[in-house]
Amino acid sequence: MADDDAIRCDACPVLCYIKPGRTGACDRYANDGGQLVRIDPHVVLDRALSRGDSVVPFLGRDRDWDGSIVSGPETFITAIGAGTTYPDYKPAPFIISSEVQGVDVVTVVTEGIFSYCGVKVKIDTDRHLGPETNTVRAQGEAVGHVTTGEYGSQMLSLGGVRHLTGGSRREGTVTCDTLLNLCERKPVELTIDDGATVLVEAGKPPVVDGMLEERTRVGCGSATIGMFAKQWFGKVDEVVVVDDHITGVLSEHQAGKLLGVRETGIKMKGHRSTPGRYFRVAEPGTAWGGTNIEDPLSILQTFNPKVAWPRLRLLMVSTTGEHHAYYELDDALRPVEKELPPSLRESVARIKENCEPALCTVLFMGGAGGSLRAGVTENPVRLTHSVKDALTRVTCGGAPVYVWPGGGITFMVDVSRMPEHAFGYVPTPALVAPIEFTLKLADYAALGGYMDHVRPLDSILHGESRRHLSANPDNPWPLSPGKSPRSDQ
Amino acid sequence: MKERAQIRFLPDGRRLHLHDGPIDLIVEAFGTVAEIKTAYRAAANRFVTVLDELCGELSLLRQPARSGSPIVLGVIARRMVAAVAPYGKWTFITPMAAVAGAVAEEILSVMTSAANLSRAYVNDGGDIALHLALGERFVVGMVERPDRPSLFGTATLDSTQPVRGIATSGWRGRSFSLGIADAVTVLADRAAMADAAATIIANAVDLPGHPNILRVPARTLAPDSDLGERLVTQEVGELSSGEIATALDAGVAVAESILSAGLIRAAALRLRGATRIVGLLPEHSRHRLRPEESLQATSLQSL
Repeated sequence: MADDDAIRCDACPVLCYIKPGRTGACDRYANDGGQLVRIDPHVVLDRALSRGDSVVPFLGRDRDWDGSIVSGPETFITAIGAGTTYPDYKPAPFIISSEVQGVDVVTVVTEGIFSYCGVKVKIDTDRHLGPETNTVRAQGEAVGHVTTGEYGSQMLSLGGVRHLTGGSRREGTVTCDTLLNLCERKPVELTIDDGATVLVEAGKPPVVDGMLEERTRVGCGSATIGMFAKQWFGKVDEVVVVDDHITGVLSEHQAGKLLGVRETGIKMKGHRSTPGRYFRVAEPGTAWGGTNIEDPLSILQTFNPKVAWPRLRLLMVSTTGEHHAYYELDDALRPVEKELPPSLRESVARIKENCEPALCTVLFMGGAGGSLRAGVTENPVRLTHSVKDALTRVTCGGAPVYVWPGGGITFMVDVSRMPEHAFGYVPTPALVAPIEFTLKLADYAALGGYMDHVRPLDSILHGESRRHLSANPDNPWPLSPGKSPRSDQ
Repeated sequence: MKERAQIRFLPDGRRLHLHDGPIDLIVEAFGTVAEIKTAYRAAANRFVTVLDELCGELSLLRQPARSGSPIVLGVIARRMVAAVAPYGKWTFITPMAAVAGAVAEEILSVMTSAANLSRAYVNDGGDIALHLALGERFVVGMVERPDRPSLFGTATLDSTQPVRGIATSGWRGRSFSLGIADAVTVLADRAAMADAAATIIANAVDLPGHPNILRVPARTLAPDSDLGERLVTQEVGELSSGEIATALDAGVAVAESILSAGLIRAAALRLRGATRIVGLLPEHSRHRLRPEESLQATSLQSL
């Protein structure tokens, strides 16, 4: 046999001899220039192509089956026309009609070069980061601005074509670099004109002027009184919610009044705003409620002896529930710390429970332009229509996206749901992001898809490489329809 | 040593995916949750030894089927030999022509023995074994060309019909073909029978010596192919409509003789957009499939 150039595959007992440029009987192992490589055409991420990641040779056998019937970790499918267009597959005579999962769909993978793109950054903090519309800078260059604040969060809008290509060369480069780092979930230091310096990293708590923000408070001290007044009523005589911004006092607060909470003769330090609401009871700090208070009694003056009474029950708690103390007045009307009664533990725990971890979150936003869409179909507007009609599912590295209504395909994606190293850049400067259009094969043909240009197996063999990744378990599977409960007969 | 076979659910959480070396099965059972679970467990337990069993007799299974051939032992191997035996007298065929269908049959049979299922199928890369309890049915769609799929018809299979096996063969497929058919789809009583017949008929759809057909000795592509030095189709160029008809006629002649021998129930032969039907394709129509009744045969075989 003149088969000197064939190699023997020992991946399975079939022990195929494989010629260069061919695959074995399984279509999974191939002879790539004399090297046995695994090519799993459906389990690929095309990003790797341009990064030159090495082929994964002989990557391990998947997990053993432990006997239980549960979904194993699935892998990411982003290959063009997965399964239906490779020439080495058995003809698919029984490709099935609509709505069955993962069967007769085609996924068109393109790398979008986005000059119209940017990130929206949500920073969970009540701290004032800087005035709205003020410029946000990275490495001294303008990369975006402060935009409308949201509940419990400050918002930044970064990037966009004006910073990428409309300013100086350095501004564009720094902007691109900043966007890329944020999208890649790397920490980026941003400085706001007349404001704070924030260390932003997607999925991590923000660091504002060097201070780590851990929790978003449930609300300001006054709001906390409003939310929990009913739960406290009858179980305690007075509650002080200590807060850097507005400290609340139950008996004086409107919420307490409405419930008929009796006056307690409490006297607060600080500046009274409206009844039961106090500004500046202390200086900002890292202790109770974002203040510098270590001993909460330090913000109280002595109780009014004409109103207060011995054994008056007093709860002091911070807006995050992380700090709390319980007191009863002695005969001299001095607070004496006691153990928190079980009846109040629940409300304190609930405050804590309602405080979510403070995070920086980064949404990439981009618009798929004409040339990108033309790479998918000869008639780009049909792709737009198909997306709007929900016939085509758009994913970004397999992650779900929100497609903005109106013209074009402008979408947002949470970068933390995307695989690592999903983004790149070109020197234009512009960002490169993966975008996949998944649709039924028939629909793809109908919208003028390049049925003849699907990637043949051979082109994968010649010097190109594939990266194998586990899918993010929080993401819907890109090829599964949204819903399809099993009907048991 | 770690288990080689992969056993997992497809992302829909309903269909079981069994993969081992070149074997790739999509399995779906219908019934109560408990019965489905039992069936899948049986399928998985059986599956893990299938490839080793076959490979143990691989060299025998790659030999042409002839009377007096050494006897194979494995249950799947015997099913393969039986499926190709009727053809061995008058043409070249090896038991490997029925391997996919035979494996599908075996997995289906352990499932239906273990559990009470209303319906089930095992799809081995397009070669499909079916189970239909009384009163049940599947609707299958047929695709004209794998690289440009679109349904050209559907067939309804119900429990009163004898068909329990479906197979397709063609030169664009994963296995080599000696012919030029884009797809020959066969309905037969058993999947292994359908598989062997589809191979035979697809080989027969041909235009011997035609200059626009690129043929290469199988061994130059895959040194250990059971087809040896036989010429397998690698490319089909321009064909006139007369030539298409001639090629299909040749296939139809073979299909009809197989049909009259009672080996198959129906066949659909497809070449360059032209279709010939042999036998009766039940409810051959263009109506749209309702997903709840459609058979999820699939080409996403190594998902």
